Amino acid sequence: MFEWFGKINFTPHTRVTEFADHLKDGYLMGSKCRKCGFETYPPRADCPKCLSPDFEFNEISGQGTLLTHTQITAAPTGFQDIGTYRVGLLDLKEGGRLLAWIGESIGEDEVKIGMQLQVVPRIFEDTPDIKVYYTLEKPGTTWNKAPKPGAATP
Amino acid sequence: MSRIGIIGIGHGKFGRRSDASVQELAFESFAEALSDAKIERKDIDATVIGAVPEYHKQRSLAGAIQEYLEMTPKPTWLTEVACASGSAAIRTAWMGIKSGLHKVVSVIGCQKMTELQTPEILALMGRVGEVQWESIFGTTFPGYYAMFANRHMHEFGTTKEMLAAVAVKNHFYGAMNKKAMFQKEVTLEKCLASDPVASPFGIFDCCANADGAAAVILAEEERARAIAGDRVVWLDGLGCATTTMSVLRRPSLTGISSATEASKQAYEMAGVGPADIKVADVHDCFTIAEIMAYEDLGFCKKGQGGHFIAEKQSYLGGRTPVNVDGGLKSKGHPIGTTGVSMTVEVVKQLRGDCGERQVKDADVALTHNVGGIGQYCFVHIYKKE
Repeated sequence: MFEWFGKINFTPHTRVTEFADHLKDGYLMGSKCRKCGFETYPPRADCPKCLSPDFEFNEISGQGTLLTHTQITAAPTGFQDIGTYRVGLLDLKEGGRLLAWIGESIGEDEVKIGMQLQVVPRIFEDTPDIKVYYTLEKPGTTWNKAPKPGAATP
Repeated sequence: MSRIGIIGIGHGKFGRRSDASVQELAFESFAEALSDAKIERKDIDATVIGAVPEYHKQRSLAGAIQEYLEMTPKPTWLTEVACASGSAAIRTAWMGIKSGLHKVVSVIGCQKMTELQTPEILALMGRVGEVQWESIFGTTFPGYYAMFANRHMHEFGTTKEMLAAVAVKNHFYGAMNKKAMFQKEVTLEKCLASDPVASPFGIFDCCANADGAAAVILAEEERARAIAGDRVVWLDGLGCATTTMSVLRRPSLTGISSATEASKQAYEMAGVGPADIKVADVHDCFTIAEIMAYEDLGFCKKGQGGHFIAEKQSYLGGRTPVNVDGGLKSKGHPIGTTGVSMTVEVVKQLRGDCGERQVKDADVALTHNVGGIGQYCFVHIYKKE
């Protein structure tokens, strides 16, 4: 259900819709082309290299390096209730980039280009609908993950 | 190869134009361009409109304008590439003439942005980026350029004072431009102390939404010479390129790669280089954008843009005077109009009609018009007859 992804979601219909289901379960997924093996983040259904529309999800670590950032004061519709927020652009270890809010584990003066960060899946607690997102936190931050389908229950 | 020239220009007042509809704004600049060219409507074969539709309540604006100008049944169409729509309209007019379909084409950039209510503006502002993976975190137009600025500062030591110096220059020249939205100088201290928008930007690092229209009339060589004589200004170099909309796939975060590519094309086509450009109008939607433009266009080396403004190399008398009409920063940024407004300015410079803002001996000029956060760029090079 891709409409779960984001505080406000603009694109409920996409072939990578299950991305949001995985994120809700605590897994960050990129995509891998079933034909040529090309991996992307963010995930995309259609391979940009060989044009094959056949893909599978591919779990990534969410570790990466901060490329740049900003603190937004003048917020658009849907974001004015959260006050000032920090947005960071991360270069992912496995390739690709990810944009997200910089989370509470990173202090006001600690944001530095080049720092290592960890993508952490999140669920908005105070909304009636399911709303998932992610934040950028200190390396080593942990979070709950649902058991993978088919995994042995402890 | 036969040339295509600008034979007429018109430029309305930019700002909060509560006195006029978008058709009336278009009329104002169109009538001025006709009168400047000393031709009549029957001499014009087609009208190309540069505008961004989501700001207007009237859908499919081109037809409405053609009707208001009493130009029906002549053809018209709209071009849209966000903030570069005006330059795209000029490019399609050039193509229309070059193809032989038309001989004289008018281009009108027109935009009315202040009719929208604040919530509508804020909703639009929240969808300037890539909406599937980025806008869901509340990214904004200033937010993207602020991320470029922070990266530029990190890699090259560019400072907030250098950013503010761009605003100071553009307000200095805007104060001499009667068509500008803000005709007032600002100090470096005032810029640095302005209210935060997206770090490192304060409000004085950002251009303002505005209403306004501008028009140019293009003609094929023979007709252009016959109509305009030695006042014709030739559009001799056109470059156009794209880069990704998404910053997740952007090749450079310290420059606009589409601008580098578009300028290469335009320089080659016009047979000139950066050192030949006597005056330029560049897309300073944010202060860092002008600094990146100096570098992308080759006016200075990569990373040296901050020093270029700090040393006043983009002032009159400097190495390459840039935005001596006030730029978007001081003129205001009616997004579909901006590329046409830039063109009107450089044509005036090449004609020698800019008064106290005149660049001495200007014979080659450049416009650099960026769409969105860099996904489109159009660079045009103009020469004096």
